Amino acid sequence: MLSRLAESLYWIGRYIERADDTARIVDSYVHRMVEDPFNDEDATCRSLYSILGIDVESDEPVTTVEMLQHIVYDADNPNSIAGSLSGAFENARRSREFISSEMWVALNSTRNRLPQMENTARRLGPSQYLLFVRERAALLAGLTDATLSHDDGWHFLVLGRSIERIDMTARLLRGRVLSEEHAPDWLAFLRACGAMEAFMRSTSEIHDANGVAAFLLLDRLFPRSVLYSLNRADTCLYEIQPSSQRIASADVARQSLARARGRLEFMDLAELLGQLPELLEMLEETCVRINNAVTDRFFRHEDYVVWSREGGL
Amino acid sequence: MASVTQMSMVFDDDSSAAWNEMFSAPGSPRPIYERLFAELNRYQLAELRQRSEQLSHTFSERGVTFAHSGEERPFPLDVVPRLIGAMEWDLLSRAIGQRVHALEAFLADIYGDGRIFAEHVIPRSVVTSSPHFCRPAFAVDPPNGVRITVAGIDLVRDEVGNFRVLEDNVRIPSGVSYVIENRRAMTQTFASLFSDHRVHPVDSYPAHLFAALRAAAPLNVSDPVVVVLSPGVHNAAYFEHVLLARMMGVELVEGRDLLCRSNLVYSRTTNGERPVHVIYRRVDDDWLDPLQFRSDSIIGVVGLVNCARAGNVVISNGIGNGVADDKLVYTYVPEFIRFYLSEEPLIENVETYRLEDDDVREEVLKSLASYVVKPVDGSGGKGIIIGPRADEKTLAKAAEAVAAAPRNWIAQRPVMLSTHPTLVDEGVSPRHIDLRPFAINDGEEVWVLPGGLTRVALGEGELVVNSSRGGGSKDTWVLNDESMPLRESRVATAQRQRNVSYGPRQDGNVGRGDQ
Repeated sequence: MLSRLAESLYWIGRYIERADDTARIVDSYVHRMVEDPFNDEDATCRSLYSILGIDVESDEPVTTVEMLQHIVYDADNPNSIAGSLSGAFENARRSREFISSEMWVALNSTRNRLPQMENTARRLGPSQYLLFVRERAALLAGLTDATLSHDDGWHFLVLGRSIERIDMTARLLRGRVLSEEHAPDWLAFLRACGAMEAFMRSTSEIHDANGVAAFLLLDRLFPRSVLYSLNRADTCLYEIQPSSQRIASADVARQSLARARGRLEFMDLAELLGQLPELLEMLEETCVRINNAVTDRFFRHEDYVVWSREGGL
Repeated sequence: MASVTQMSMVFDDDSSAAWNEMFSAPGSPRPIYERLFAELNRYQLAELRQRSEQLSHTFSERGVTFAHSGEERPFPLDVVPRLIGAMEWDLLSRAIGQRVHALEAFLADIYGDGRIFAEHVIPRSVVTSSPHFCRPAFAVDPPNGVRITVAGIDLVRDEVGNFRVLEDNVRIPSGVSYVIENRRAMTQTFASLFSDHRVHPVDSYPAHLFAALRAAAPLNVSDPVVVVLSPGVHNAAYFEHVLLARMMGVELVEGRDLLCRSNLVYSRTTNGERPVHVIYRRVDDDWLDPLQFRSDSIIGVVGLVNCARAGNVVISNGIGNGVADDKLVYTYVPEFIRFYLSEEPLIENVETYRLEDDDVREEVLKSLASYVVKPVDGSGGKGIIIGPRADEKTLAKAAEAVAAAPRNWIAQRPVMLSTHPTLVDEGVSPRHIDLRPFAINDGEEVWVLPGGLTRVALGEGELVVNSSRGGGSKDTWVLNDESMPLRESRVATAQRQRNVSYGPRQDGNVGRGDQ
């Protein structure tokens, strides 16, 4: 398929997932602020900024309203929810002949309804807005799986989705590592991932921090766990490579993916919490490396070339 | 104002001299409109408005938009469809076929032997001085002889009810996506209207286009790869490029997705480079290939024209077609039909005056206010001066421009475009309309999409119908001949045993459960 098209599909996958995950993370932080009577608004907002990779320059205290504006509604910020959805929409415009018309209509109507949802959210609080985003993301994921052929294009989209999910789950967990007292507790993280019931059913042991971290990182069956997403991404990379190589894979993306997976799979569970900071760092780096490798290998296209005349004429 | 007062709907009277498509006299619809009229009369105005909103909602959800001064807007679709009878359509489609054949012959001739110059049908200078005459088009020989894969011939109906050709568009005519989307939205919103009429479907257009593009492929290719070349998302017609690519199941490419090497064209894919054989381009000649045309084009493909010359790729529509769109050349088209086809034109042009002739020009300039003056290479209603509506200053400026460069202008008799009842803010009121049917030439025959795009000028009395002037459109129905028998379509109704499985539904109640 066209490189430009593949790139658009990959980014549709990433942006929709980013909107979804950001909505989940913000939701858990907003809950925490409401429920905790001793909450430090400024510190909590800053902690949220830092896990989403946003620099705050000002020393002024950050308010929840500002934080929501920046992370949720601000369409000019590519990491905000509105910005991610608009990024997904722009890429869908560029690949509109490839995606199914049902996907297109779903994305287009999501975008059309966003301003109205925002108005309501500013009056009544963000939770309906965040719920809307999660529902639309689920709708889009469903349509992606049900109305696209599972060919290369679909694999690029799912690859984008998986990479983003690894990255965001790692960021979510980093909240605990970074500033434990300002982050939601472990169970809130599970709720944010929609993983509460799945986690409870997966283990009969006491639900401690180690168990939750292990579940979100290493569960083989839960689709939002890091390991599950790594496996998914690997399948996609395997499917889109031009031809199978019989001896060694020269695919840089798959190599770094395999290293990350090996590290996770063969670690001593008892040491998990201790190694968490380092593991999360490694995961974020892996995502960047895979992203760059995929971009280099599959999305190489010329930039616009401007021709000029030489000499007179 | 008063019309059909006993009914709930009010159709405003048409006071102008124009031909009213729906009514032969106030309150009495023409025969083909009788059913539609009766049906529409059952609606309250408020209900019609509601459906109109439903239509525009459908369009914004589906993203049926066009870019108007930098902003994406839903394309306004009017709720009252335009009807064309079977007999009339038969004439129109034959006339369009005739015109396309004549223009094909003309283009092949001027970029070839120039027989028409030798026979003095049209002066060579008229052709070579056309802004769209294109020397690189020499020696680009289409394998199946087709330069005009897609034509959009703009028609208007004059005061006495005759169709006339207003202009030819054989470069990159656009608008067909709205024909397809209009029909889709109308069938959803007005299902009952359709069951009362036998309307020719329009959704086979992409299949016809695809077949024609494949038929145009280079000779030595057995399974040609077709792509649609678009300038990109910022183009006003991007929606249409997407729709056609999607419905033909081909790739939509931009200039930077293609590359030429050794006179072969490739697209850049995740799997390396893939050959391309037929390019349905929606990029103007000027921007197509920086080596041949504007060197500052960044949306073109370097070397594309050479590949076409070598016969390895087919550019469709052909380059240099713009000569045939030139409005001075347009005045000669009836001559082309006689010269190349030995036929009489089935539809006339609008009366047009060639301003290079000194006597004619003098005559026209004397009473400029009673003519329409158009630039020969304008499109989208740009630069048109409607004499009877223009003020002194505009007329003086136009006279100056004509005197300075008579080749660049033509004058026409102002035609009162026909009107059609249209839902506007004030109610259902007559508005001027035109018609752009789309024709596809696959080298064997010219197929005309039944209907076409009816554009409507939404301002009262406004005569320029163009989407770039804030116009709207109507779904255009070509009706089947009533005397033709219905197609036998009785489905075998023998009840088949349905194998439907059910799971448990209520406690103790398995299978079909509740009775």
